[in-house]
Amino acid sequence: MEFNYSEEQLALQDTLQRFISRDYDFDKRRKLSASTLGYSAEAWSQYAELGLLSLPFPEDCGGLGGNAVDVMLVMELFGQGLLLEPYLSTVVTCGGLIRDAASAVMKDKLLPQIIGGTLKIALAAYEAAGRYDLSYVGCKAQESGASWRISGRKTVVLDGASADYFLVSARSSGEISDRDGISLFLVPRDAQGLTVAAYPTQSGARAADLLLENVTLSADALIGAASRALPVIERAVDRAIAALCAEAVGIINALNQATLSYLKSRKQFGVAIGTFQALKHKMADMLIAAEQSRSMAIIAAVHADSQDAADRHRHVAAAKAYIGQAGRLVGQHAVQMHGGMGVVDELIVSHYFKRLTMIDLSLGDADYHLASFSDTLRPAS
Amino acid sequence: MDLKYNAEEEQFRATVRAFFDGELPTDIRTKLQLGRRISKDDMVRWQKILFRKGWGAVNWPERFGGTGWDIVQQHIFEEERADACAPPQNPFSLKMLAPVMQTFGTAAQQEYFLPRILSGEDWWCQGYSEPGSGSDLASLRTSAVRQGDHYIVNGQKTWNTLGQYADWIFCLVRTSTEGRSQQGISFLLIDMKSAGITVRPIIMLDGEHEINDIFFDNVKVPVQNLIGEENKGWTYAKFLLTHERSGNAGIGACKRALKKLKEIAAEQMSNGRPLIEDSRFRDRIAQVEMELMALEITNLRVLSATAAEQRALGPEVSVLKIKGSEIIQQLAELKMHALGHDALPYVREALEMGWAGDPLLSAHYHSYAPPISGQYFNQRKTTIYAGSTEIQKNIISQMILGL
Repeated sequence: MEFNYSEEQLALQDTLQRFISRDYDFDKRRKLSASTLGYSAEAWSQYAELGLLSLPFPEDCGGLGGNAVDVMLVMELFGQGLLLEPYLSTVVTCGGLIRDAASAVMKDKLLPQIIGGTLKIALAAYEAAGRYDLSYVGCKAQESGASWRISGRKTVVLDGASADYFLVSARSSGEISDRDGISLFLVPRDAQGLTVAAYPTQSGARAADLLLENVTLSADALIGAASRALPVIERAVDRAIAALCAEAVGIINALNQATLSYLKSRKQFGVAIGTFQALKHKMADMLIAAEQSRSMAIIAAVHADSQDAADRHRHVAAAKAYIGQAGRLVGQHAVQMHGGMGVVDELIVSHYFKRLTMIDLSLGDADYHLASFSDTLRPAS
Repeated sequence: MDLKYNAEEEQFRATVRAFFDGELPTDIRTKLQLGRRISKDDMVRWQKILFRKGWGAVNWPERFGGTGWDIVQQHIFEEERADACAPPQNPFSLKMLAPVMQTFGTAAQQEYFLPRILSGEDWWCQGYSEPGSGSDLASLRTSAVRQGDHYIVNGQKTWNTLGQYADWIFCLVRTSTEGRSQQGISFLLIDMKSAGITVRPIIMLDGEHEINDIFFDNVKVPVQNLIGEENKGWTYAKFLLTHERSGNAGIGACKRALKKLKEIAAEQMSNGRPLIEDSRFRDRIAQVEMELMALEITNLRVLSATAAEQRALGPEVSVLKIKGSEIIQQLAELKMHALGHDALPYVREALEMGWAGDPLLSAHYHSYAPPISGQYFNQRKTTIYAGSTEIQKNIISQMILGL
């Protein structure tokens, strides 16, 4: 076993850390979140320069050939800095999916643009009545000659507001919850028949709902094999979940640091409130939660690239469930111990708390993934 | 032992329900049903309607213009109020200040202020916490110095709820620095129109303006606005807090939230089936419902025993405050979880009535969805305000258990 990061990994972490302290303080973040775009276009270019946008792509596509552990390091800092840029959707989720499943032609077309920072893509895989189930696909895809016609709705597409393309799951055969029969399409934002309703999210980023009405696409818009896309989508979402786990760990540690410093500086009854046992023990629970969450995030990252789908998903689901619960404990304790200061907009604490809450609710909450993990414990029949 | 309401109480409930059905303005009811913002005007309008019915103060004795209702009647009223989606009345005047004024105030204070509270003419807010004095309230430093017939008040109050609407504020002020910090505190009524008062909004984590900082710069307050005796304010403050905490159980609001949660869980879908059919989620609702079943009876047992023994409310209200605040938080959290990904949008315009909605978004985004995540964030305050859960547990361990 080896628990240390490589020199390259530490250098990457250090570079991004310096970028955050220099160019992305809380006030800046607040302004970006309130802006029309909802994030920083300059920061996105910086990420391209720093190599973050090329991180998980193979060297022959102009990438750095990094793995999910490298992504974990980046995402942890995205958490700590509450960065708003659509890295998770464009690079980790959709970039990774294109790398795994798209044709060579498509890869050559899309990856260099992602790496260069000129193209953003969001995954549109969820529908309202399906809740967190990726196989629940009512959106229809009909093949006619050399083209496809797509109609349906996709909801709460993360980072969908600024995406240039969407990866849309649509049913080309079978019933609404069948695992088979799902295809995946690359849909340009300006496609005729596509309506995008964008809105802010509770954690300051942007999302969108999509309405597709007879959107007509050429055959090369199909990513991977027709009707066989679900495993590809699940793999991409598992990788996104591992990344979200890392982001949560970054936030958990930042909240612990902020709370610890508040416990030491805030005085009541003539002493620092950190001298009260009730609060000390809560803080100790938060430290334990942080350590356990970090281990889970590592487990998720190490398994996120695994070819064995069942093994990969089992580990990722466990991590998401565990970190959902741990994040809830840390977020709620941090707010509680900050007292009134924990529930005001002015301090970063409440923003960390809100982001942590929304991470739990994204891509399946703790209960959803607990169910998924616990299903793997059933004796084989 | 009988946990059933008797015929008289059932009759009383029917009367209350009929009143809400007939008299609660539809626009106000709709706002509360959907969790949209309500205005000061909505709350004052409702107080005036209650006042005309003679129900302006359900917790006051008849001699002050209250209903003189017993504990069970008050409980029924509160339950029906929440279920009908009527706004809560201003707790600062009716449930907090009034019992203090009725017990320790002068006849002149009672005659002037109480009718104005009852009729909805005056809006009151509370000046307790200060930046350096939260859990350690007795360390407060806002000073009141006697100068002839006036006190001159200087200092800052914080976490003041809805003071932006207020005509009056009741304040704990320091009139002496001698002895223990509890000994030099006085209870003062201050006209918000006085020169030298500044109200500064504090935006909460849900993006809403509900609380304020209030600054006092050489504010002149007539000495007849002192409640009881100078330097005895801590006694009145604790008396008030006990009343405040007894109301914090919020059984009516919890029951309403539980009902709403079940409706949402029946409406939201999971893999094409109603979420309520998912046993893991249903168990979570059941767990909170059990807590609430118990708290309803605990609440009535505590309040009835106090009334029967004709004694003041004691440290046992801390049990009610802790449980009530935890339950309302859990219900808010479950409502948010029921939404799944629909908990993510933050559509501010949708918090106002009359939001036409984005036709695309509203295809799945139910009318109840917009305020729900914000409510979860906002409700984190309930285990912090009126004495945090940690403070309540100290009270229980010291005053009840003698530890």
